[in-house]
Amino acid sequence: MIANMLAAFARIISGVNARWVGEPLMDEQRIYFANHSSHMDALVLWAALPENLRKNTRPVAGSDYWTKNRMKMYFAKIFNAVLIDRTNVSLHGNNPMDTLLKALNDGFSLIIFPEGTRGNGLEIGEFKSGLYYIAKKRPDIPLIPVYLKNLNRILPKGEFLPVPLISNAVFGFPVRIREKETKSEFLVRAKAALSAMEWGLS
Amino acid sequence: MNEALAVFGFLSVASLAGLALKICAKDPVYRDTIKNLNARIRSWWIMCGIFFIAMLSGPKWSIVLFACISFFALRELITLMPTRVADHRSLLWVFFILMPLQYILLGLNWYGLFSIMIPVYAFLLIPARSVIAGDCERFLERVAKIQWSLMLAVYCVSYAPALLTLNIHGYDGRNAELLFYFIFVVQISDVLQYVFGKFFGKRKIAPLVSPNKTWEGFFGGCASAILIGAALYPITPFNFWQAALMSSAAVLAGFAGGLTMSAIKRDRGVKDFGTLIEGHGGMMDRIDSICFAAPLFFHLTRYFFV
Repeated sequence: MIANMLAAFARIISGVNARWVGEPLMDEQRIYFANHSSHMDALVLWAALPENLRKNTRPVAGSDYWTKNRMKMYFAKIFNAVLIDRTNVSLHGNNPMDTLLKALNDGFSLIIFPEGTRGNGLEIGEFKSGLYYIAKKRPDIPLIPVYLKNLNRILPKGEFLPVPLISNAVFGFPVRIREKETKSEFLVRAKAALSAMEWGLS
Repeated sequence: MNEALAVFGFLSVASLAGLALKICAKDPVYRDTIKNLNARIRSWWIMCGIFFIAMLSGPKWSIVLFACISFFALRELITLMPTRVADHRSLLWVFFILMPLQYILLGLNWYGLFSIMIPVYAFLLIPARSVIAGDCERFLERVAKIQWSLMLAVYCVSYAPALLTLNIHGYDGRNAELLFYFIFVVQISDVLQYVFGKFFGKRKIAPLVSPNKTWEGFFGGCASAILIGAALYPITPFNFWQAALMSSAAVLAGFAGGLTMSAIKRDRGVKDFGTLIEGHGGMMDRIDSICFAAPLFFHLTRYFFV
């Protein structure tokens, strides 16, 4: 309820236009991966989805940041965020992959920012390897690239108030892992699929 | 009220004509044009509905309506302009302080400050605020883009509802009709230029700027809009010939506005400013002619009839 109200607010502020260039909008389990330049990214991507998909779609966020204070914890909670600890990752004990796989096994779609942190909005940073491991563990779930345009101008890093410009969320063609594809090959291909959507439709 | 009935009657005829075209036209060449035409007519119903509701609710609501129009147009313009992160704070000023302030000054009827706030003080404030962020790359270009977006989408547009604040001799309490008259003449000129262009258009005026603008559309559309403007003189404070001259000024300025905005769109490589209004494009696509015509029409009225 509050989340949907915030989504409506985000749609007004960001004037987001959702464009499905690749596969059409469908009610199936998906992993959306997007470029990251603004605190509004996850909210706007989430808000750009129709309401029936939203309740099954959870943003993935860093627990080191989103548990810093009560306000952030509250936001993480109302959006049902999957919190992963990016700081001290170990194979056994704290393995963020287990948390993500659990959410996927529970049937949720995920929103992931594979750059791992917010960039300057001018170019897409290198992808972290998490996307590859998810793709390998769950090759059945399509990875949909979503290029978020103009959000770095609406709310850039380090700013507090958003400027209400018009943004775009361009949903591209699904990326699936190929047989014998190496990690770096896959990550380069996924990044290319995402940046292709920058000019997918203006 | 009569104006509203006339416009909605006119739109009903247009909708019926659009429906007839849709049924009759078999040739797929025309199908897209007819589809767009019908989308445009549907949008006209909505735009006219909102406009008349605001007009009938009184001058305050008319000012609020134009403030909203400015907001959507400003947002489309700034979105198209590649500003940088360093402009963020200037843009916050533009959207949250300067734009509302212009309409508040209008509501307060403070004409002196209304007419200089943006072209003097906002024009000085924007570069001063951007320079504090310390990014000199394309500085003049960035500042000019923000300034001109504010100028076109807010300052120029605000002169249309400013017609409501004029004390015109022997025309007390009827200013809303003058505002309607102005908007109607400018918009009908756009529509008629489009219609004449579609039927008779051959010679392009500026093929590099706007492929849709033809001399046939220009002359046919402008002449008939001026005739309509002159014929509508009973709802204005003007006589027949004055109304003809006033609508000529509005129509020609409006044409210049449309052409100028086309050049901005070509420069930025887009066809429309946005997708807000189905069939028409963005808000700025619909009000481009008003931007240029409103200050001229206002000043001519203020100088000669107040």
